[in-house]
Amino acid sequence: MIGTILQTSFRSLRRDRGAFVMSFILPIGFFTIFGFVFGSMRGSSTPRVTVLVVDEDNSDASKSLVRGLLREPSLDAMTHPRVTKENPAPADYTAATAEAAVRSGDAPAALIIPAGFGAHPIAFGPNSEAGSTQAKFRILHDSSDPVAAQVVAGMLEKTVMISMPATMAAVGSQYFDREIGGLTPKQRQQMDQGLAALRKRQDQQDAQPSAATGGSATASPAADSGGMVAVDIQDVVGEKKKSPMISYYAAGVGVMFLLFTASAAGGSLLDESESGALDRVLSARVTMTTLLLGKLTYSALLAFAQLTLMFLWAALVFHLDFFTHIPGFLVMTAITSFAVASFGMLLASVTRTRAQLGAFSTLIILTMSALGGSMFPKFLMSDAMLKVGYFTFNSWAISGYQKIFWRDEPISSLGPEIAVLVGSGVVLFVLARWFARKWEYV
Amino acid sequence: MLGSLLSLASRMSGDPTNPVPLRVDAVAKRFGAVTAVDDVSFEIAAGACFGLLGPNGAGKSTLIRSIVGRVRLDSGSISIFGHPVGSSAARADLGWVPQELAVYPLLTCRENLQAFGRYQGLHGKALDDAIAWCLEWAALADRAGSPVRTLSGGMKRRLNMAAGLIHRPRLVLLDEPTVGVDPQSRNRIFEMVEALRSDGTTIIYTTHYMEEAERLCDWIAIIDHGQIIAQGTKEALVAQSFGSRSSVTMHVGATRVDLAAWAAARGGTAQDSVVFCSVEKPAEIAGLLEAASGDGLDVLDVTLQRPNLESVFLHLTGKELRA
Repeated sequence: MIGTILQTSFRSLRRDRGAFVMSFILPIGFFTIFGFVFGSMRGSSTPRVTVLVVDEDNSDASKSLVRGLLREPSLDAMTHPRVTKENPAPADYTAATAEAAVRSGDAPAALIIPAGFGAHPIAFGPNSEAGSTQAKFRILHDSSDPVAAQVVAGMLEKTVMISMPATMAAVGSQYFDREIGGLTPKQRQQMDQGLAALRKRQDQQDAQPSAATGGSATASPAADSGGMVAVDIQDVVGEKKKSPMISYYAAGVGVMFLLFTASAAGGSLLDESESGALDRVLSARVTMTTLLLGKLTYSALLAFAQLTLMFLWAALVFHLDFFTHIPGFLVMTAITSFAVASFGMLLASVTRTRAQLGAFSTLIILTMSALGGSMFPKFLMSDAMLKVGYFTFNSWAISGYQKIFWRDEPISSLGPEIAVLVGSGVVLFVLARWFARKWEYV
Repeated sequence: MLGSLLSLASRMSGDPTNPVPLRVDAVAKRFGAVTAVDDVSFEIAAGACFGLLGPNGAGKSTLIRSIVGRVRLDSGSISIFGHPVGSSAARADLGWVPQELAVYPLLTCRENLQAFGRYQGLHGKALDDAIAWCLEWAALADRAGSPVRTLSGGMKRRLNMAAGLIHRPRLVLLDEPTVGVDPQSRNRIFEMVEALRSDGTTIIYTTHYMEEAERLCDWIAIIDHGQIIAQGTKEALVAQSFGSRSSVTMHVGATRVDLAAWAAARGGTAQDSVVFCSVEKPAEIAGLLEAASGDGLDVLDVTLQRPNLESVFLHLTGKELRA
């Protein structure tokens, strides 16, 4: 008896070739994609933290530090915006422009090397002479990326140690001279010789080309005291907000489930085709285009309601500042809902059975969600992954919602998101209509 | 009567002011190497109930889907009241009741009728009136608020029919409307069809039940291998296949008479104690009985039977209709 049940089940699976293939391709495909995604995070592909560097000191020491930061492989340091056709010679960042760039989401952090850094570049302890007069580095930080500031601080400390050996030694000898009682002339001669060799080596290091892109520098600070450099970390985005990641995940998780909902809603076409209701509707005064537009509207409204509920829940439970961002929310939710609804229509129109639709949509949606930032934060992704993420709805939706809820940007800043989501929604719907010809006539 | 109707329809076919409800003209449809419909032509007169019979795989479904505009024809044309099939005017004049239960199972009867009424362009009072008529016609007024999934099989069938007629079309295509229903529900459906006929609606009726065709249809076409192989009234079809003779079956008691020889002398056959003959007129049975009595045969019973549609169908297609 069980044998018959098994035989019947396997025969049914085998007859639905799409579902049959997807049953095996789905897990392998998903595993492969995740393998590439997470595997690429090892070694040289470790995500680099973008940091904007402003040198307000312009001393030899600060320039040396900037060059060291440019060489730091874990940082994507920039002293000026990237060169473009429109702006072939961009001006260096100032404290104000760097802060504006952080606020707009161009970079998660900016490092300001303060005026006076060259006079007292490092200090051995807070009670030292240098420590009492040392100017503080400032890190301007977007707290939606909780990792960036700490990485920059650590890398600043490291760079000071590695890229400025002569400075380190000179300050160290001054400390020794002061605290121990002075060097003998012979000791001082040997010390000067050693410092000369270190300066030569430091200059050679500085002459080497930078590994970083953008042609500018970045620094990373340590905690405020106790290190050799003094750092003041300031949140310039979201400083008054309670939960930096709530709007991120409301959008990320919301869009992922929206995609599943849209896929299921589109699947009603398959059900109606199976039952004969589709034939009956199309034999009435309803065209396929009208029918698809109706289904698209339904699916989009359903998605709109789901996202609204998601954000209301976030406001209620996680204190997301929802009610002061309603216009931006409405725009983002409308375009996101439209895009995912079109996506659901396309999925339904290219598949032939519910089983095919389920397998196909699961593969695509989970992949898009992984690459687009719905499953883990975008700030943990490598540059390559972030670029791939641009091909997902999730990434654009998250970006738009972050602009509204995190950066308090105006609706006018949503131009790229509107263009991409509406444009792709239109394209997907046109494709869905083209594939839906199979239901029109035999 | 019907012959007159068809003749009238034929004469009117060239009259744009009185077009025939349905004209199928040299229609052909192929799927790869298979010819599903092969040069089929026919017309249906206004007010007629046209039975379309055919064994499975004969091309009937393709022809039906062609009439409702769901097939791209390879050649030929179909018009409904003079309008090309698929046009808005043709859609408005045609009501299709598919074989499948093509309704929304989670909606109520009324909600289904509202939906299909709107798909047909009805709104407001016209829609309300149409829903009321449909619920009354289908005897579902007391179940108007019930979700479809809670209805019996017969009720679902009736709702399926009502959904196809919500816009009160002049031509209705009923594709096996009684599949899977009990005799009581079937009778109810017959009454619904007869009510339509009395209103002057032209009907195309397909079925696998011969008695339904005999009861409801006044013109019957038989399709096989994609072609209409015969059409006419039931009587005409029988006459075409069997002439005007009726069959006589006579059971006799034990006898020493050679029954085979006795039957052969009268143009018949015999098997065991049963004699099979035929007569031109029923009155000829009296002569048979006299001869039997004169030859000493003990006649136990006699049956006179006219060939029916089942006989015709079997004769023409070589298949049982329900096979």
